[in-house]
Amino acid sequence: MPPVPERYVLAVDQGTTSTRSLVFDRGGRMVAVRQREHRQYFPRPGWVEHDPMEIWANTQRTAAQVLADVPGTGEVMALGIANQRETTVVWDRDTGRPVTRALVWQDTRTDELVTELAARPGAALVAERSGMAIAGYFSGPRLRWILDHVPRARERAEAGQLLFGTMETWLIWNLTGGPDGGVHVTDVTNASRTLLMDVRSCRWDPDLLAFFDVPAAMLPEIRPSVGVLGTATALSPALPITGALGDQQAALFGQTCFAPGEAKCTYGTGSFLLQNTGTELVHTRSGSISTVAYQLTGEPVHYALEGSVAVAGALVQWLRDGLGLISSAAEVETLARTVSDNGGCYVVPAFSGLLAPHWRGEARGLVAGLTSYVTKGHLARAALEATGWQTRDVVRAMAADSGLSLPALRVDGGMTTNNLLMQFVADALDTPVVRPMVGETVSLGAAYAAGLAVGLWSDVEALRRNWHRAAQWSPSPERARALTAEYPTWERAVQLSIAWGAP
Amino acid sequence: MAYGRAVPGSVQSIERAAAILQVVAGSGGTLGVTDIAEAVGLAKTTAHSLLRTLLQVGFVEQDPATGRYALGVALLRLGSTLDTNELRARASNWADALAARSGHAVRLAALAGDEVVVVHHVFRPDDSAQLLEVGTALPSGCALGKVLRAHSHPHTGSRSGARSSAVATELAEVRARGWAADRVEHQPGVGGIAAPVRGAGGLVVAALGITGAQSALFDVRGTPRPLVLSMVTDAAHAVSRELGAPGA
Repeated sequence: MPPVPERYVLAVDQGTTSTRSLVFDRGGRMVAVRQREHRQYFPRPGWVEHDPMEIWANTQRTAAQVLADVPGTGEVMALGIANQRETTVVWDRDTGRPVTRALVWQDTRTDELVTELAARPGAALVAERSGMAIAGYFSGPRLRWILDHVPRARERAEAGQLLFGTMETWLIWNLTGGPDGGVHVTDVTNASRTLLMDVRSCRWDPDLLAFFDVPAAMLPEIRPSVGVLGTATALSPALPITGALGDQQAALFGQTCFAPGEAKCTYGTGSFLLQNTGTELVHTRSGSISTVAYQLTGEPVHYALEGSVAVAGALVQWLRDGLGLISSAAEVETLARTVSDNGGCYVVPAFSGLLAPHWRGEARGLVAGLTSYVTKGHLARAALEATGWQTRDVVRAMAADSGLSLPALRVDGGMTTNNLLMQFVADALDTPVVRPMVGETVSLGAAYAAGLAVGLWSDVEALRRNWHRAAQWSPSPERARALTAEYPTWERAVQLSIAWGAP
Repeated sequence: MAYGRAVPGSVQSIERAAAILQVVAGSGGTLGVTDIAEAVGLAKTTAHSLLRTLLQVGFVEQDPATGRYALGVALLRLGSTLDTNELRARASNWADALAARSGHAVRLAALAGDEVVVVHHVFRPDDSAQLLEVGTALPSGCALGKVLRAHSHPHTGSRSGARSSAVATELAEVRARGWAADRVEHQPGVGGIAAPVRGAGGLVVAALGITGAQSALFDVRGTPRPLVLSMVTDAAHAVSRELGAPGA
């Protein structure tokens, strides 16, 4: 009897700095990976752009390379896509050419527009309908900016000549034929980040479209995250595209957080904590946001609470590049371990304001509690602790909103190799922190979504069986008590950083 | 100042190379071969061949556009040991993959003085209760310890002089074949296999290994199962490559 060929899934992780193509086996193990970085354009202060054509070329190239890496006897069953969220592309449906470069999620050019929109009558509708307060962080205002500023864009959009999409929409349209019959769809998690979708019905909302003055003709069709989206005829062999998720939702899926209360935090440049809240939308009032977690075809939408922190690893990068205290990011732990505590020093890394749960754009960073006793070791420790404290801020807000307890925090991202930080997070939350065996949770989530749809895995329980604990940091009761007593001091430092930046 | 004449008893080319390095270090990467030759009082061809050797060993670097010389990465790394947190960050993906593929717990260890200390630990992927061992010391007779002792400098540690010839023979074997095994590791019935991890300078900086049931790791004669062994040596090799080890 010939051996049964191994079956695989291809995942594309279209991220902020690079596009990566990865192949996973049925055990959820990574078999091959290819990566290509793309150029970052900074045409003006606060503006960040990507070239969608470059990203499309990188996707084709890395996918072709990684498919060639797969052992000859194997069969790749499907393609799943995870993407940088809220980055906005508008292109011509006949030529396939973008009308301008993509406006990246970090881009702050819509700040004025957002302030103006938020002051208008009826602005309360946005939070009520979309689940999120108006902020430049989301893609709807970016789309509006393009319509307002690119010559003839509005007129052509209204005539049905231009298409809008986030990165997964752009890639799926190109993969399925582009101008020649490309499928114009978005997944529900990405759609939920536009401010244009009714978060309950998961449809484009006419009132929100009117409020933002966006023509419905240019919007993609909203689809479940898990299910057939189209056939990627641009790849050889052609593959069904059967999964798409925004990157943080993909990480939640890859971490198999399928039950209400289960949560993951990705520690990268910033930190992104998402907690599954089940099929009921949670009304937020404490500073976390309600977002769509995922949807399987034929099933109700699952929601999540999200707490995004802008600066986590970026603070360590600043210690390295801005201050020259360390020569590599990992050395921050070595430096922090030269002292046994923070020496009374607190760092609030509000480099460009504070996101969740404070949402204070005016806040600015500060170092508080300096005395001549404080050394660079204390500063390094305070920097790591800032990331732990910010996780506590977010978890506390979520607990207030959802009423769900956090059984354990599943972590991923580059900073999870920092044992001092992970132990601090466990102690600050008084909750176990666990790291999974596969650190590539974003691309794994996209692979899981795609593989579920084609039956490579029978159900989400099969995915849970693939999740294995690689490390666990358990809270020390004594440290947890001490940190709870210390928490008001951190909160005071945060208030000072907000006051410092106030006009 | 000219370095053309050697002091009796010293090696002339080393003296000259040292002089060149001092000039390069002082210039901040602004000098080409003609300026350097002039500064140390050597013929241009002599300076050029010395620079070529320094380039090969990584003690200087040459800007391909201007032809000017600067101090090389290998020189800057001399005397600085690899940070263990850096080591963990660079090894993490490979250690995870080794645990996932082999089904066994993975440890990365380095010497701290005479002690074999766990730098990184990936749990056995069966979701049973396990404690993170980072920072704890292991018995020197475990597979990781054997790899590290086999490659440590003989003058470190007083015990090395008292090593029995049997131990010395075993460590020589470990060096020669590129891995170590321990059939009775921490607990009865549990064994280990480990391989060396080399840093940018080519020296062994750590050992990467797995521990698991003896029957899973070894055949009845006590020989490591080839598939398991190759997973360990491949992973150690991959980490060495990640660290920039020559030839890895």
